[in-house]
Amino acid sequence: MSARPFIAAPWAVLAAAVAASAASFAYLGVDFIALFTGDSASQMARFAAGFFPPDLSPEFVARTGRGVAETLAISALGTILAAAGGALLALPASGRWSVWLRPPARLVLNVLRAIPELVWAVFMVLAAGLGPFAGCLALAVHTSGVLGRLFAETLENAPPEPAAALRNAGSGATVAFLYGTLPVVLPQYVSYALYRWEYNIRMAAVLGFVGAGGLGQMLYVSLSVFKTHEASTLILAMIAIVTVVDVASAWLRRFLGS
Amino acid sequence: MAVIGPSGAGKTSLLRVLGTALRPTRGGLTIGGSDPWRLARPALRRLRARIGTVHQAPPLPPRQRVVTAVLAGRLGAWGFWKGFASLAHPLDIAGARAALARLDLDERLFDRCDRLSGGQLQRVGVARVLYQRPDLILADEPVSALDPQLSDLTVGVLATEAQARGVSLVASLHAVDLALKWFPRIIGLRDGTIAFDLPPARVTRPMLRELYAAESRVVPTQDNEPVALPDARPRAVAGAPPLCR
Amino acid sequence: MSAAVLPVPRDPALGTRLVLVAVALLLLWPAIELAEFDPRKLADPGTLAVMGRFLSTFFPPATSPEFLALVLRSTIETLALATAGMTLAVLLGLPLAMLVSESLSTSRIGPARHAWLGLAARLPVRAVLIFMRSIPEIVWALLFVRAVGLGAAAGVLAIGISYAGMLGKVYFEIFESGDTRPARALLESGSARVHAFAYGIVPVALPELVSYTVYRWECAIRASVVMGFVGAGGLGQQMELSMRMLAGGEVATMLLAFLALVMIADGVSALLRRVLV
Repeated sequence: MSARPFIAAPWAVLAAAVAASAASFAYLGVDFIALFTGDSASQMARFAAGFFPPDLSPEFVARTGRGVAETLAISALGTILAAAGGALLALPASGRWSVWLRPPARLVLNVLRAIPELVWAVFMVLAAGLGPFAGCLALAVHTSGVLGRLFAETLENAPPEPAAALRNAGSGATVAFLYGTLPVVLPQYVSYALYRWEYNIRMAAVLGFVGAGGLGQMLYVSLSVFKTHEASTLILAMIAIVTVVDVASAWLRRFLGS
Repeated sequence: MAVIGPSGAGKTSLLRVLGTALRPTRGGLTIGGSDPWRLARPALRRLRARIGTVHQAPPLPPRQRVVTAVLAGRLGAWGFWKGFASLAHPLDIAGARAALARLDLDERLFDRCDRLSGGQLQRVGVARVLYQRPDLILADEPVSALDPQLSDLTVGVLATEAQARGVSLVASLHAVDLALKWFPRIIGLRDGTIAFDLPPARVTRPMLRELYAAESRVVPTQDNEPVALPDARPRAVAGAPPLCR
Repeated sequence: MSAAVLPVPRDPALGTRLVLVAVALLLLWPAIELAEFDPRKLADPGTLAVMGRFLSTFFPPATSPEFLALVLRSTIETLALATAGMTLAVLLGLPLAMLVSESLSTSRIGPARHAWLGLAARLPVRAVLIFMRSIPEIVWALLFVRAVGLGAAAGVLAIGISYAGMLGKVYFEIFESGDTRPARALLESGSARVHAFAYGIVPVALPELVSYTVYRWECAIRASVVMGFVGAGGLGQQMELSMRMLAGGEVATMLLAFLALVMIADGVSALLRRVLV
């Protein structure tokens, strides 16, 4: 008769988690009971009821459609700019230009990545004004960091022989790169960029909360003036975008073959 | 000239030094009258554009098309903008096709390199050097993946190209009979030193056996038949002195 | 050496490339219009002056003791927010995942008279889970801020709901992918579903469940800071205030605090997950 070994670790973590949770609730001091009873509860119920039915008037649906298009445009342009920026930053970050450039380039990439897109969006609204351009720039800057790091890893793994052979035949360094290394890394670059675009569509939808355009900005405005019917339509549009993108990318992946 | 010798003799290193891909730690190198390692960068680039190397394992990106790979031979002469433009649309399709046709490969003009066999890839590498029209051709085992018929064709193309344009050709070969057939000067290399430097008529069987003694008891040939020492069919190099010493 | 001169062959890829370029331009132009892409906006002298002043205040970062105390409090609030939110998410997500899980389905092992009932109960639960996670968490945050006011409560609820959706889905997948035979055996010998779950599924699935939950907690910390920007409490809310006042030094300090927090959370998460493997 073999006794099943008692794995202590998960249970210990569980116990610690329960303790941490209790401490957190205590620290926050939020009176959840009061929140969900009495006046507060009926207020919330009325707020929630305001979302049904969604505003489906042709005029607002058209505006929502434009918001969707704007969101897609923000994400697309932002990702394209980020791919260019990332490709550029990847060159020093992979150590191809000089060993000394590698650490500072990597630092730049890490800073770009670490600061969340929304924080970048606040900066960009300051720098470029309210509207979708700020959202585009925010995505471009943050995603450059993400893609730049991925691209740099791809570059480091690319074989140096083709470009070296061309340089040895008198070619300039840039053309040698274009003919020798780029064909090898480009498919991987494109794959990363497409993958990130998917994520950026979700992001583009919410950056508008700080004034960076798209559905987010419309939603923020609608909620600020308590036009919950409009808000409902906009949220439905967001869900629709996310779902369609999920389904489309899964289908595309299967189609392009794994 | 043909360089023969057992594996590890230093044939590849010799060719790399000649092609300025490897810097010699001792001794000197003179190409075209000057030491390449003393040249300024632009001058070195110009010199390198005049040297074409056929690699044993062609350094071709898998997804690149044959036409682009061949045209890349002239990147040294084209400069940035022409090279960039040729990526979008090949600038000299006829020229690339002509080079490939000499190697019986012109129907693969627009195929991707990863759709080619090893032997076909090697020939694309040769075509690239042909298209480059260099003043010095270095070939490192250019036919290692080819069958006897294609090997003969390819070495023949290289040798006649060198003759016709009056430029130097240095080829390292594993098959001794190919070397003896096509080259007027045979250099035997062993353990990094020159064992002999003779025209084919003066190369004797004992010399070859001694050269390859460490590697095998049989002298390597294209079809594994005993090497037939040629009865004097030396092809004279027409006029031009070798580019390097 | 003359050969028959053949016509120069056309590049077969040319047609495709031209079409691709045309399509790209056709899509790019409206995108640029819609996104109001205009680099000149960046060069506007007014905003440049403002930005310049803002950026110049970044160094040195604010280090006055009262401010550092505020940052510490906010950081702890973010931590508490994320942890409380995750607790809520687990409390919601776990039962939902159990409801949806077919490894606890009695209709699978015996006479399937009421199989349709199970299906009818599972479908709406799955829909609810999808709904919870399709709405971005920051949207939930904004909704809750409007519903219950500014502050940490909104953040806890937002993380709770949206992450419950994510956890529910992944927990469900973990339940289904593990060895379901112990649970089935218990169900077949007549034990209640809850018992079958506790003794049949939990021992097998627990390490994976905890591992994913810890990873999600790490994400929750980042999300909490971002949510603060719409008023859901914690470090993010403070950062938004400082940014609005263009107090660069304060923003700098808080960004550094954020980076430190993320690094620590990353370390803790990695440590916990290593312990569990």
